[in-house]
Amino acid sequence: MSDLLYSEAEDDLRAAVRSLLADRADPAAVLARAEAAWEADRRAAGGGRDRGADGHAGGAGPYDPALWAVLAREMGLAGLLVPEKLGGAGASHREAAVVLEELGRAVTPAPYLTGAVIAVEALLGCGAERDEVAALLTGIAAGRRTAVLALPWPTGPWRGGAARERAAATVRARPGGSAAAGRLTGAVSSVADAPAADVFLVPADDGLHAVEAAAGAVEPVTPLDLTRPLGRLVLDAAPAVRLAGAEVATAAVERALLAGAGLLAAEQLGLAEWCLATTVAYLKERRQFARPVGGFQAVKHRLARLWLQQVSARAAARAAADALARGAGDAAVTAAVAQAYCGDAAVRAAEEALQLHGGIGMTWEYPVHVYLKRAMSDRIALGTPGHHRTALAALADLPA
Amino acid sequence: MAEQTAPQADDGAAVETAEAAELTRRTREFLAAHPPAATERLDFLRARFAAGLAWVHYPEGLGGLGAPRALQAVVDAELEAAGAPALDTGRTGIGLGMAAPTILQHGTPEQRRRFLPPLWTGEEVWCQLFSEPGAGSDLAGLATRAVRDGDAWVVDGQKVWTSGAHHARWAILLARTDPDVPKHRGMTYFVCDMTDPGVDVRPLRQITGEAEFNEVHLAGVRVPDAQRVGAVGDGWRVAQTTLMNERVAIGGSRRLPREGGMIGVVARTWRERPELRTPDLHQRLLALWVEAEAARLAGERPRQQLAAGHPGPEGSAMKLAFASLAQRASALETELLGEEGLTYDDWTARRPETVDFLGRGAGYRYLRAKGNSIEGGTSEILLNIVAERVLGLPAEPRADKDAAWKDLPR
Repeated sequence: MSDLLYSEAEDDLRAAVRSLLADRADPAAVLARAEAAWEADRRAAGGGRDRGADGHAGGAGPYDPALWAVLAREMGLAGLLVPEKLGGAGASHREAAVVLEELGRAVTPAPYLTGAVIAVEALLGCGAERDEVAALLTGIAAGRRTAVLALPWPTGPWRGGAARERAAATVRARPGGSAAAGRLTGAVSSVADAPAADVFLVPADDGLHAVEAAAGAVEPVTPLDLTRPLGRLVLDAAPAVRLAGAEVATAAVERALLAGAGLLAAEQLGLAEWCLATTVAYLKERRQFARPVGGFQAVKHRLARLWLQQVSARAAARAAADALARGAGDAAVTAAVAQAYCGDAAVRAAEEALQLHGGIGMTWEYPVHVYLKRAMSDRIALGTPGHHRTALAALADLPA
Repeated sequence: MAEQTAPQADDGAAVETAEAAELTRRTREFLAAHPPAATERLDFLRARFAAGLAWVHYPEGLGGLGAPRALQAVVDAELEAAGAPALDTGRTGIGLGMAAPTILQHGTPEQRRRFLPPLWTGEEVWCQLFSEPGAGSDLAGLATRAVRDGDAWVVDGQKVWTSGAHHARWAILLARTDPDVPKHRGMTYFVCDMTDPGVDVRPLRQITGEAEFNEVHLAGVRVPDAQRVGAVGDGWRVAQTTLMNERVAIGGSRRLPREGGMIGVVARTWRERPELRTPDLHQRLLALWVEAEAARLAGERPRQQLAAGHPGPEGSAMKLAFASLAQRASALETELLGEEGLTYDDWTARRPETVDFLGRGAGYRYLRAKGNSIEGGTSEILLNIVAERVLGLPAEPRADKDAAWKDLPR
């Protein structure tokens, strides 16, 4: 049976991340920074300004580099899943899930799910004993490098082969001088956190490659969720280092997407919890008809049902993190359940938060919309709830 | 029920402590002195109670050893492995789950000594005389009167939804002793003798066709003052102990495996009957399966929290989730069955001893599950409780809190 609780060490980790984010990344600051980044991208694109030799357009995304330095380097959180011998923490998905809960609660723009979970899992799937893989993992753990898996969102697990084939249709490898080095040409749309990457892990027709971000171009996309930017990665004979052949790459990408989907549930839980807590606090204060609005039974029942849904979401997310950490045989089922459940739970919490805030919930100034946009994007990101339920038809023997 | 739960090696609950080792030793010693194969069931249960191995968290002399509740699993595992007789929790559930904790907490030493041993062994069955036709969710509005007469109370009124009343020896009874004060302050809690000639038990037939419950009419029933539990006028507070324990019992205290609930019935039908499948039903089944699995895990967390010594409010919520799931799963099953879903297994007015969800047809499951969101606190009341006690939202304004009960409009 899985351990669905949080250990004392995990509680301490949560407290540390939460207090850091409370100090450094309140929702108003997050929104201001995200909007400024989008404006910069738009000016750069619209003004026809040079994109520079490195191909980057506009700003550097909505991230706070100083905050990321603390999270990734000083607190060592980017290396939670990296083995200790490569400078990582050798921790597990349970701890990474706690970090993601807090990043979700603060809707922090940070390449954590993409860079510290999905990319790390993909690299581990390529074999950490390989020098070029080990070098990247060491760099990630040290907070020096940020890798992003170049697959379009939405791509969910349980179609690893399909995902690779889809990418292969757009990215082709041309062998270089050595067995490991080649050049890639093609484009990948909707790469999440592309502006944060200094190296892309690119699935191509012959396997998984590492491409320095400077060797490609990232075209910004105006995202629904400004806090997690998307970019179109364009490669034109970009120098690449092959990390794994086709077969290993398929399994590595599948592993990365599975962990990503399972742990995205933790982020969704954090988002949902913020929405409920903020709405409850607001409705205890807000008065209409000479009473706190939170005292009306029609409103109370909606909030109570939201709480109930979060009780299940917390259990499902915790079970997924625990199953991934243990490498449990039913990790795939548990992750599918978590993503199918928590995706909806986060969206519903944000939608209810907006409605129950009334007019102020529709304003740009009030942060509910930032959560709504993240929640809606998250529900699509690594497979919709329907995608995961369909996967369960096979995983749980409930065939069509 | 704790009686049936074996400790899991990896659940962190039944940790190897000195106390657990001591309990294992005591249980083995007891089993050596009372080999289950060579001991009459009742003799065995009486001896187990006397040895303090009935419910180890109860005090010594009352079936327990004052040990942590979680350690009952250690005892149960030993007993089960030795083939010891199990309790008939279907018949004695109300006694074990509701009457016993209330008598333990609020009863006199004499009441505990008199009532707890035969309650636990099942020699005396208990029922609960709380709800009335005019007092459902608003239990505190109840109208059954108890009037003092010398060293006894004379009780008149009508109770309803009383399961097991037709074979109960005793009842826990909540009655109004002072109509002149606000309703919550005018009630007193009693133990009522169900063999009193003034007690009339009538079956109450429900939508499933059977009569699982009863109406109980009380006419001039004499209850000795010695059977009063708690102070006169303190019945509401005493009843809270009973009600808290009822929700724990109904909320599903058993550990469920995956597909352990009603969803498992639907899933099995789905697997065995491919001819019934449609794309629409498939989508709905998968959605419900996900929800059932999430709720199952959510039911497991409070158990782990309790075992770790950090109980949270989540357990109180599980009844809501399980009621809704049972209703939707049984509705889906009925629809899935198509032509067969148009039929019903048996409308006979039977008197079942326990609720047998799995032994009956889909139509029965669908109909009986409707009661899940009503019995033991309606879902609407439970949502209020979550909103007020967990989320800290204000209560609705009320007109019935300070006025005397007799002056309330009804």
